[in-house]
Amino acid sequence: MLETGLILRALARNKIGALLIALQIALTMTIMVNAIFMIQDRQHQMQRDSGLDEANTFYLTNTVFGQDYNIQAHLQTDLHMIRNTPGVIDAIQINAVPLSSSGWSMALQHEPGEDKDAVGSAIYMVDEHAINSMGLELIAGINFTQEDIELRKDGQSTWPAKTIITKAFAENLYPDDWQSAVGKTVYISQTQPMQIIGIVKALQAPWNGWNGVERSMLVPFHRESKGSYYFIRTEEGRRDALMPIIEKALAESDKERIIRRVTTVEDTRKRSYRQHNATNKILTTVVITLTLITGFGIVGLAIFSINRRTKQIGTRRALGATKRQIMSYFMMENFIISAIGNVIGCIGAVGLNMWLVSTFNLSPISFELIAFGVVALFIVGQLAVLYPARKAAMIAPATATRTI
Amino acid sequence: MFSYYLRLAWISIVRHWGLSLLMVCAIGLGIGAAMTTVTVNYLMSANPIPEKSEQLYYVQLDSWDVNDPFDDGLNPPDQLTFTDSSNLMRAQKAFRQNVQAQAFGVIEPEDPEMLPLIVNGRANSADFFTMFNVPFIYGSGWSNQSDESKEFVVVLSKETNDKLFGGEDSVGKSIKLEGNMFRVVGVVDTWQPKPRFYDITTGAFNESEDIFVPFHLIADEKISRSGNTNCWKPTGDGFKAFLASECIWTQFWVELKTEQEKEDYLQFLNAYVEEQKQFGRFQRPVDNRLSNVMEWLEVQEVVADDAQMMMAMSFMFLIVCLLNTVGLLLAKFLGKAPEIGLRQALGASKATLFSQYIIESACIGILGGILGLLLAYLGLKGVEGLYGDYMQGLASLDTNMAVLAVGLALISTILAGLYPTWRACNIQPAQQLKSQ
Repeated sequence: MLETGLILRALARNKIGALLIALQIALTMTIMVNAIFMIQDRQHQMQRDSGLDEANTFYLTNTVFGQDYNIQAHLQTDLHMIRNTPGVIDAIQINAVPLSSSGWSMALQHEPGEDKDAVGSAIYMVDEHAINSMGLELIAGINFTQEDIELRKDGQSTWPAKTIITKAFAENLYPDDWQSAVGKTVYISQTQPMQIIGIVKALQAPWNGWNGVERSMLVPFHRESKGSYYFIRTEEGRRDALMPIIEKALAESDKERIIRRVTTVEDTRKRSYRQHNATNKILTTVVITLTLITGFGIVGLAIFSINRRTKQIGTRRALGATKRQIMSYFMMENFIISAIGNVIGCIGAVGLNMWLVSTFNLSPISFELIAFGVVALFIVGQLAVLYPARKAAMIAPATATRTI
Repeated sequence: MFSYYLRLAWISIVRHWGLSLLMVCAIGLGIGAAMTTVTVNYLMSANPIPEKSEQLYYVQLDSWDVNDPFDDGLNPPDQLTFTDSSNLMRAQKAFRQNVQAQAFGVIEPEDPEMLPLIVNGRANSADFFTMFNVPFIYGSGWSNQSDESKEFVVVLSKETNDKLFGGEDSVGKSIKLEGNMFRVVGVVDTWQPKPRFYDITTGAFNESEDIFVPFHLIADEKISRSGNTNCWKPTGDGFKAFLASECIWTQFWVELKTEQEKEDYLQFLNAYVEEQKQFGRFQRPVDNRLSNVMEWLEVQEVVADDAQMMMAMSFMFLIVCLLNTVGLLLAKFLGKAPEIGLRQALGASKATLFSQYIIESACIGILGGILGLLLAYLGLKGVEGLYGDYMQGLASLDTNMAVLAVGLALISTILAGLYPTWRACNIQPAQQLKSQ
């Protein structure tokens, strides 16, 4: 490799110029790898299964303001009406909606008592139609029956005897064998026993930023409360047509309440992850502009260094160097600079990641991502230098004779 | 001389327009990105009530579970129990005090044609309005006497007043809220502190409330509360039991005028907790805190992690852009070696050359700064569009930021130009003249 030695000696004469490009590549690498890592982390969070049949479900709020209003009777007629609307698969009353960021949580523990370890879970108060209405998958045990459903008054502190929990929650309670959770008794509110009768595959809690977002439980309650949600699942493709129909039917059937916020679960997901989405878009823009700037910087500097060396290139051509050799000289030069930049960049990327891990509780970066960054920047460098190198190769041998 | 150098710089910039454009774009992008994120951080951490942020204190008491401390024992709970806030309210030990919670209700307009209105409310004490300098168009807040005699009074927001009374002075009129008649005592002018410091637990950048009603109405079950509720101990049945429980859902602010008053109030709180310990409450070590507005925003981490992370990244981005500029300026100035040699041979001193090239760098910096300002404006619009109401009104450029943007561009470009200029000034004239 005679060429390499030559390039290194030439670089040594213009250390600062080369170092500037190398540093630029290093910083680009540092930012790019960490930004992509953050993007992937968010995408991973967004891809978690909510457990719901998101495409075909929506919900609305029902707020009662009439005095002396028979909530229980109205609930029965409302549910009966919605469930019998053509196109509706099933419907329930519920106290909170997954991913909506407001809801209830309670802690469950293996043994009764005040100072026992407890695990938090989201609470969904529903009836035996919940699994069908939300599109959940019951993977062990049984569903509630109509007899299990109790009426809950506002402020009531007692809990029903049965519950259905998510698989993730079962795994947390019984790490050795989640299936063994069926039939077990756990304690809510420190002392009240509840028997786990079934396990659903997945159902997320209302709070996407909570580290226990996969832990939820269904509790067989109808609520006698002035504010609640109706959660409705329709046949494939009929959701959007049914939303206004059901809203109108409910609003007109009874003037002592307000029906509001008729919302699809898909919109709720979008809203819930809006910040994630926004951050990802911004980070993507940063990565792209950064790569472009570095690329154009390489182009600009290469053109200048070639202009300065026009005479030398002409001389080399006159002495018998082929166009290919001239081109490969500049490509090789860029490769060496990129290599230096990438080495510094790897250190920088890991360093920045370590800072992010300690300051913002991110997880450590993967090796594959760094390797990807290295390869990507080599390619960017080579592409950027391609045009100047071709220009250099086009320099006529005669140029050497003209200006001397 | 200065105008002559400016002209020279302009000629040089135009002659190498491709390279100049590259530099201006690079600086513009770097400044644009940095300013966008700096602005978001600056507005998120802005002082929402600068005139008295040092006198308003948020009260925290550690009433939590002895076996499983709140926030792993790092911070006391972020709200108070109803029992504690009522006791503190009754004691009246501060210059002003306010107990509050989020509430909601349905207003039934008199006009049967109009649909009922669901409103977000705040249930608070009389002092709320004077403590937080709430501006009024009509009337004022209610008095402490109204609180004591448990009157049904309400303060409306401008928007609610527009909806219900078409913007007229509604003081003295009545509205039907949750089935009860309330007398309007005041209408608040547009008021939207950012961050909405007085209640961060329900979202630091949420809109301010539609109505304000006396806090005691919650306990009397005349209005429904909303917001966050956090319990560690089982409660008994019914609302009375809930009020007496260890659940936290109220917020307590005090206004204390001097450092001495703050000391005294903290002592009072400590004595109060010691006293409560005798009833078997407050089993954790005494950890009472008074945080002023800015401290409270800090504790509650109002500036989002995302925003901080992006600011760090955008500054690194700016550094890449500047490195780019250093390289390009170096290439450009060294490319002018023959010209510099000639000027030196004709008697130009190093100082004149230095000022000439620094002025050229500065010109590029200013152009980059202006482009950066434009990009920051677009960037902020973009951020606002992407984040939606979460960032609504947070993304706006003020004069401070505009001056900072151009200044930052100018200074950083001059810094970036220093080394290339120095190199250019040290060119040996003899060598350059020989090769011509």
